[in-house]
Amino acid sequence: MTTKKGKQKKFIQGNEACVEGALYAGCRFYAGYPITPSTEIMEVMGARLPKIGGSFIQMEDEIASICAIVGASLGGLKSMTATSGPGFSLMQEGIGYACMTEVPCVVVDVMRSGPSTGYPTGPSQSDVMQAKWGAHGDHPAIVLTPSSVQEVLYETIRAFNLSELYRTPVTILYDEVIGHMREAIILPEPGELHVVERQKPDCSPSEYKPYEVRNNKVAPLAAYGEGYRFHVTGLYHAADGFPTGNTKLIQEANERLVKKVDENKEAIWKNEEFFLDDAEIGVFAYGVCAKSAKFAVKELRSKGIKVGLLRPLTIWPFPDAAVEEMAKQVKTIIVPEMNLGQIVHEVQRASRGKCEVRGIFRVDTDPIHPKQIMNAILGKPVEATVIPDEVMIERDMIDG
Amino acid sequence: MSTQAAVRTVPYKEKAPFDYSSYMRKGKLPHIWCPGCGHGIVLKSLLRAIHATGMQQNDIAIVSGIGCSSRTPGYVDFNTLHTLHGRALAYATGLKLAKPKLKIIVTTGDGDALAIGGNHFIHACRRNMDMTVLVYNNYIYGMTSGQSSPTTPQSMIATTARYGSIEPVFNTCEMAKAAGATFVARGTAYHCQELEKTLYDAIMHKGTAVVDILDSCPTYYGRFNKFKNASEMMEKIEKDGTVSVTQATKMTPEQLQGKLLRGIIHKAERPEYCEEYERLMAKAQGK
Repeated sequence: MTTKKGKQKKFIQGNEACVEGALYAGCRFYAGYPITPSTEIMEVMGARLPKIGGSFIQMEDEIASICAIVGASLGGLKSMTATSGPGFSLMQEGIGYACMTEVPCVVVDVMRSGPSTGYPTGPSQSDVMQAKWGAHGDHPAIVLTPSSVQEVLYETIRAFNLSELYRTPVTILYDEVIGHMREAIILPEPGELHVVERQKPDCSPSEYKPYEVRNNKVAPLAAYGEGYRFHVTGLYHAADGFPTGNTKLIQEANERLVKKVDENKEAIWKNEEFFLDDAEIGVFAYGVCAKSAKFAVKELRSKGIKVGLLRPLTIWPFPDAAVEEMAKQVKTIIVPEMNLGQIVHEVQRASRGKCEVRGIFRVDTDPIHPKQIMNAILGKPVEATVIPDEVMIERDMIDG
Repeated sequence: MSTQAAVRTVPYKEKAPFDYSSYMRKGKLPHIWCPGCGHGIVLKSLLRAIHATGMQQNDIAIVSGIGCSSRTPGYVDFNTLHTLHGRALAYATGLKLAKPKLKIIVTTGDGDALAIGGNHFIHACRRNMDMTVLVYNNYIYGMTSGQSSPTTPQSMIATTARYGSIEPVFNTCEMAKAAGATFVARGTAYHCQELEKTLYDAIMHKGTAVVDILDSCPTYYGRFNKFKNASEMMEKIEKDGTVSVTQATKMTPEQLQGKLLRGIIHKAERPEYCEEYERLMAKAQGK
């Protein structure tokens, strides 16, 4: 199907859009392990990559998957894996390794209800703190939160770009609803969107240091097997990549790792502001909740209520500045989340006591209904569920 | 230059004296291994074997996990990757599939490969991707100061087996063979020249090659278990505890009791994973 302007249009689900975005961004390696509700990403990757000369492999578990994509990235390929909560937990050590060794890669977590096996086929937003703090040690985190199928495509491309720019793993965080929902999207044409290619060293192999920072930029990353014989380790290392026990170097290295993202947060932040200009009540919502929030804001605006929405597409680094700006203007910020209160604490911190912050939390695996958000905005009690009992159906439990 | 083109076609011969310096990162020495540790002997055999293959340093990647043996990559001048505990084979799998022209050599230990990395070990053997896996098997966790491993013999002492281990052991070679590795061999640090030949054959093999290398940790295993010194350990465990596969054919089952086989234990022909993937790509592309 094509649009009037001749662009390719497709009616696909979020997980398929993720693949479209990854391939557009130049992803040529996928390793993964099946898990609901992310499996379609893996299945479509397995069908598409061999056709374009890319590599696909089903690993023995999620630990192996994150390790394999880091290995492949060091072989010079843009690499990705996708998973859901239980697999994301297993990947944390490997994500920390990718942060420490500064190897670009993209991890998709299609969130489902937890903890543990939870409710595999129901959506959730309960990995949003894990995405920041899951790996041990202080480390940088870039986490993107698309909330539509088209946006999954765009944000996947942005994830690869940021990953290459900052030489760090980037997580794309969405949920079962976004992953499985079908929407009509427009595929970008080749060359239409900016794709960042990995910076290769321009020095001779003997001069190359894989962690030598010049002009405050991350060091170029050579690929193994192309003449640059370098060392990579998860131990603290000097600019040449070899382990060090020098306390000064360790302090500097850890600070640099975190600052690399922190000092560039303005370039990484991306927010949508919706009716915020004159808002007296604000809503801060991401992912699937932002869909309901937008509906609620539109509804109430039509009734003359001054409410606006701040929707982050980058949840980490946390959009402190935008939240503080909103907090100065509004009386209350409503934070709907499909967890029992995670990002609401960040909103509270960033609003610096300038306004009231209230959360709406729902973990029964049904998305937050716009009515719940409207009730919160209007100061009415927020019911846990707004679906009448008679239409509630007993859903089959499916493991996976 | 591809690794295949660089491979010498002449039969393997030992060459001495040998200059190790071109393969070492001299600035990174001294190494962390204790006096009497066998890892240095194994490393020398490995470097001589690599040299004999004629493969270029740029075309070889050495990948390791965590532990004493896993510190090998830091000392040698190849493409080197020191990864997470147990995960060397998973990183190696990704790297090899992304860059099939690289010859992958994995240096790992008994704890790294068979305990925390056991799952990756069996699946790597099953896939038969072209890589050489050296399991430096010293029956103990050396880096964390002497805890028992999946190869600590029953009744032997470790810091986590104060009254003698009651756990049955893994036989690395049997497990590799059962999981599908197409080249399975055993060597020892004591028989370092024989090890060199075995490693040469393992590196030249197309597919997953596993070499179980009996090696001594005098600092922990030796002290806890009342061995007098490193050389006594090598003699008792590596020399007296093993027989070559050729010797074994002349021995009775009674004589073979308690002995481990040395040399090539299993060899099979099976499609190599990356070549299979090439065929899969051609199929997907309708070629």
